[in-house]
Amino acid sequence: MDWFPLYNSLRIALISSVLVFFAGIFAAHLASRLHPVLKGLLDVVLTLPLVLPPTVVGYFLLVLLGPKRPLGGWLLETFQIRIVMTWYSGILAAAVVSFPLMYRTARGAFESFDETLAYSAQTLGLSNTYIFWRIRMPACRQGILAGVVLSFARALGEYGATSMVAGYTPGRTATISTTVYQLWRTDNDALAFRWVMVNVAISAAVLLAVNLLEHRVGVRKRTYHAGETDRTKCE
Amino acid sequence: MYLSVDIRKKLGNFQMEVSFETENGVTGLLGASGCGKSLTLRCIAGVERPDDGRIVLDGVTLFDSAARVNLPPQKRQVGLMFQNYALFPNMTVEQNILAGLCREKDRRKKQEAVRAAIRQFSLEGLERRRPDKLSGGQQQRVALARILVAKPKLLMLDEPFSALDHYLKWEMELELMERLRDFSGAVLFVSHSRGEVYRLCSRACVMDNGKSQPVVPVKELFGAPGTRAAALLSGCKNVSAARRKSAYEVEAIDWGCSFRCGEEVPEQLAAVGVHAHGFRRSAPDAENALLCEVVRVVRDVFSVILMLRPISAGAQSPEDVHRRMIRVEWSYEETGAVAEGDVLWICTAPENILLLKE
Repeated sequence: MDWFPLYNSLRIALISSVLVFFAGIFAAHLASRLHPVLKGLLDVVLTLPLVLPPTVVGYFLLVLLGPKRPLGGWLLETFQIRIVMTWYSGILAAAVVSFPLMYRTARGAFESFDETLAYSAQTLGLSNTYIFWRIRMPACRQGILAGVVLSFARALGEYGATSMVAGYTPGRTATISTTVYQLWRTDNDALAFRWVMVNVAISAAVLLAVNLLEHRVGVRKRTYHAGETDRTKCE
Repeated sequence: MYLSVDIRKKLGNFQMEVSFETENGVTGLLGASGCGKSLTLRCIAGVERPDDGRIVLDGVTLFDSAARVNLPPQKRQVGLMFQNYALFPNMTVEQNILAGLCREKDRRKKQEAVRAAIRQFSLEGLERRRPDKLSGGQQQRVALARILVAKPKLLMLDEPFSALDHYLKWEMELELMERLRDFSGAVLFVSHSRGEVYRLCSRACVMDNGKSQPVVPVKELFGAPGTRAAALLSGCKNVSAARRKSAYEVEAIDWGCSFRCGEEVPEQLAAVGVHAHGFRRSAPDAENALLCEVVRVVRDVFSVILMLRPISAGAQSPEDVHRRMIRVEWSYEETGAVAEGDVLWICTAPENILLLKE
């Protein structure tokens, strides 16, 4: 069994998760301080890849980045970078499709952040950068971690956009999901089944991680509420 | 230390117009919830931006819309303690206090200051605890320690006791009294409790629906509140619209009677107020006597509260009856046998009548 699809899937998912982590946090932070109307607009644009069929996302990417298209052609001419039908095209496809998951969970976490923490930190003289990385991010840690895990899982399972943008070349652009399809198409049932099992195992592990994270959040919330009721009882 | 605030801010339908000046010592901002007290503190701290106006602290302009000055909160040297204390949940007690020392660069001095603060605020043994493992009182001490190690020129306390239960409230109040005595700068104390303001502050500024009234000594505010809002906030239960009749006589319109007053009636008189314990039972021919029907008798722990309807107020609609009712509070012996539906005479001494402007 050639393990290249597993290796390729993992590297695509990992790299796209890192990209999506920073892009999602940046967008979420921006959105949480925008005017409500602008925020609504930005929200629609940034969440669109979540609800569009991945093939439609793939279509847009090809239209934008194909070698005969303006942007893709310019990249090819100036930097000799061919952005489609390579293994790293998969990163692009996976990142675009999984971005909304990171963005939305991070935004939810940022919006539930108690702004008085940032205010009191400011009055104490702490810099805004320090406040962001050492107070806001740790306080939103659970939500952001959940976003990372979800977008990683989504990137790992990406098929539609990847198959259009990166195609299926064994040993070069093949990922688990495209391999399963190819094996099924060529009647190689036994091997397809093994890849399916590999995929199920990884996804189950990821979901387990999400559940563990959510459980930890739940426990925290519960102890907090217990404290609250104690207080009101005394009054 | 001298603080001068003159700011305006509009939030939806709410219009805040605050203007006051104060110096060292504890100044109370007294007002009902939602009247803009917290917003005022946030504007002074620099975490909210007023629409226009000017804030000057100790000769330094913190905000001036005309001169386009708006110092960031980090540069204002102002400490603000939030209602929920806003301790950083991911940091221990020690780290929280260290956060207040971020302006100090020398590591040894930092450590020394933290140790001193932990001793001073009786937090020994709690250094490694996180805020969610502290009691309400301990949280407040950490919050105060964290602010005071930063050596602010102005300390602002936003309803510091609202998150505490009744028993702890009193204990923390005694403790805070002590700490405020040691603090050399100016203190702004926001509260909706007149008792807290009376006990902790030397001056107070009443805020009513976003507007501030002049700063007056606390004794004066409670002894002779000048306005209707101040009278209600200082605990005066009975306020009636009033008209000046002569130099020493007023007509209490809501109660349908006239009172002789202890001092000269100002021309701009709008209302009169009498405290719940300012009335007593009397004979029909006593000065400032008033015939009332007992509407309700409420027996409290040490006193009886009577809700009375002045007969002279005439017939009224049900909600009007409620508004014009007089609330008196007497000891059990003074009240004697009284039942709902009884009619009795009450009177008040001329010096008990508060003459109020709008």
